[in-house]
Amino acid sequence: MSFRQPLPRTADESAAPRSAAAGGAAPASAPQDRSRIELVGVTKRFVSPTGAAMTALRDVDFVVEPGQFCAVVGPTGCGKSTTLTMVAGLDRPTAGVVRVGGAVVDGIPDSTSFMFQHDALLPWKSVLQNVALGPRFRGESKASALGRAREWLHVVGLSGFEDHHPHQLSGGMRKRATLAASLISEPSILLMDEPFGALDVQTKAIMSNELLTLWERTRPSVIFITHDLEEAVALADRVVVMTAGPGTVKAVYDIDLPRPRGAVQEIRFDSRFLELHQRIWESLREEVERAYARTGRTAGTATTGTEGGRP
Amino acid sequence: MNEASTMGDARTLAAIRAQSVQPASTDEASIAEAARRRVRRRKVLVQSTRLAVLVVVVGGWQLFTDRKIVDPFFFGQPSGIVLKLVDWVEHGTAYGSLWLQIGVTMKEALLGFAYGTGAGIVLGVLLGQIPFLADVIGPFIKVLNAIPRIVLGSIFVVWLGFGTTSKVLLAAVLVFFVVFFNAFQGVREVDRNLVANVRVLGASRAQTVRHVVLPSAVVWIIASLHVAFGFAIIGAIVGEFLGAQQGLGLVISTAQNNFDPNGIFAAMLLIAVVALSAEGLISQLEKRLLSWRPGTQTEVAGL
Ligand SMILES: Nc1ncnc2c1ncn2[C@@H]1O[C@H](COP(=O)(O)OP(=O)(O)O)[C@@H](O)[C@H]1O
Ligand SMILES: [Mg+2]
Repeated sequence: MSFRQPLPRTADESAAPRSAAAGGAAPASAPQDRSRIELVGVTKRFVSPTGAAMTALRDVDFVVEPGQFCAVVGPTGCGKSTTLTMVAGLDRPTAGVVRVGGAVVDGIPDSTSFMFQHDALLPWKSVLQNVALGPRFRGESKASALGRAREWLHVVGLSGFEDHHPHQLSGGMRKRATLAASLISEPSILLMDEPFGALDVQTKAIMSNELLTLWERTRPSVIFITHDLEEAVALADRVVVMTAGPGTVKAVYDIDLPRPRGAVQEIRFDSRFLELHQRIWESLREEVERAYARTGRTAGTATTGTEGGRP
Repeated sequence: MNEASTMGDARTLAAIRAQSVQPASTDEASIAEAARRRVRRRKVLVQSTRLAVLVVVVGGWQLFTDRKIVDPFFFGQPSGIVLKLVDWVEHGTAYGSLWLQIGVTMKEALLGFAYGTGAGIVLGVLLGQIPFLADVIGPFIKVLNAIPRIVLGSIFVVWLGFGTTSKVLLAAVLVFFVVFFNAFQGVREVDRNLVANVRVLGASRAQTVRHVVLPSAVVWIIASLHVAFGFAIIGAIVGEFLGAQQGLGLVISTAQNNFDPNGIFAAMLLIAVVALSAEGLISQLEKRLLSWRPGTQTEVAGL
């Protein structure tokens, strides 16, 4: 379940002072402030080539404290991915600002990593070369980048697959490689867009545990998008619920489950977990129903299906 | 060829499945053995039928012209073609040794291919990356593409004379358009996710082109090279036709003026051999460059 090896060097040093404050959203010392993410009145409008405007996001406000793990849930098409691309500096808000570490984002920030919804490994490069890409782009020497990439592949349990091409790996292994590629730059901000959405339930649980283990060592600020509320509550310090499109923040919940959380599969039966899940689900359900209604299906059948799965 | 054998595999498997109702073939090893035997048998069948087709066509040609049912003066004769080739090898053509003619034509075709491919890739990538440039230059390229480019050969001969340069230029122009459109399209089809990903990883514009745009356009570019090399040879031959001092095109045009169909066919045969070897080399290159792809897609090579 957990990682086979301790993290490579630098990561371990920075993990040490923080392990004491490992309960909940640990408030941070000064240098960590650069990993504070703040969205203020963010609105995003897309204009189609025919000139029709479509509002994807409206007045989104929320804050991710330094080192906090923030999950964002909301119905499909409510603008979750759009939010993330603006935090990553890949796109700009139509109105409002995104600030990272107090500075307005107007380009791709240096210490941000992004795990995309779809596999983004370069299919023509080996797994090792893929993981080494970030350091290479940032000017690290080839030998050193490949060396560190090897260490990180070891950390995520992919030793022996260095020379494989992405299509030769299973979906779960590709996610591990992507995770290694995201973490090798030791980002202070980690953005994840439904990273485990395409995985089967068991693999997803394993990956979630591994993600938590890694995150607790270096504690980057995380925005983790998911449509799976259980996953959100199990992993996050803070859950942001978004409304059906145009998306805006409906409610923010702080998750006070203690850390380290342990196995994601087990925490789901914790009574506090169930209580929080129930509360957030009430809020999310309306939005999911509205989104379903819009797609033309009967809201009733669609949601009973989802709810029926709850213990 | 690959295609044929995989199709054979599929058919054999279906056949085996149909047979497996019989208790005799339930043993796994014997099933595999039977499948292998069927594949082998089919391969032999295909090869021998091919040979038969060749014998019938060439033999029929020889027979009909021998019996004067078809006039060998107009249609040539396989034996005459072979004699012509032997004569060329032994005594050379009117313009020097046969190898010199092949060499000249190959040199023109290869140089034209190299220049045309280079220009096509560079311009295709530039226009694919810079929409403004594409908007400005796009219409001009479309107009140029609409011109029957073979005619340009005449102009090139007027400008550059009977030497090899005019042929190289014609071949390059023919190659350019094929490669350019594919490179341009390839760049346009690049997966946006991959581009966004490397940008977040810190890639500069040049690094993005080098690590993402080019490799993904290579699939398209390579596909165009098969066609492009054919065009390079056409460019060289037609250029020689229009006026030259050496080369297979000149040999053909001389044979035409002498009413020597055997000479024309013999030169055609040589060109076909050259083109097929080049095709083989390009397929090798394709295999090397696209080794990362799941499964080898050799649709073109399979034909
Ligand atoms: N580049 C774009 N151009 C036009 N519309 C877009 C673009 N990106 C997203 N959208 C629209 O914005 C809405 C939100 O999309 P997205 O952020 O992907 O939702 P989510 O990730 O929550 O499912 C959708 O209706 C989508 O069609
Ligand atoms: Mg999305």
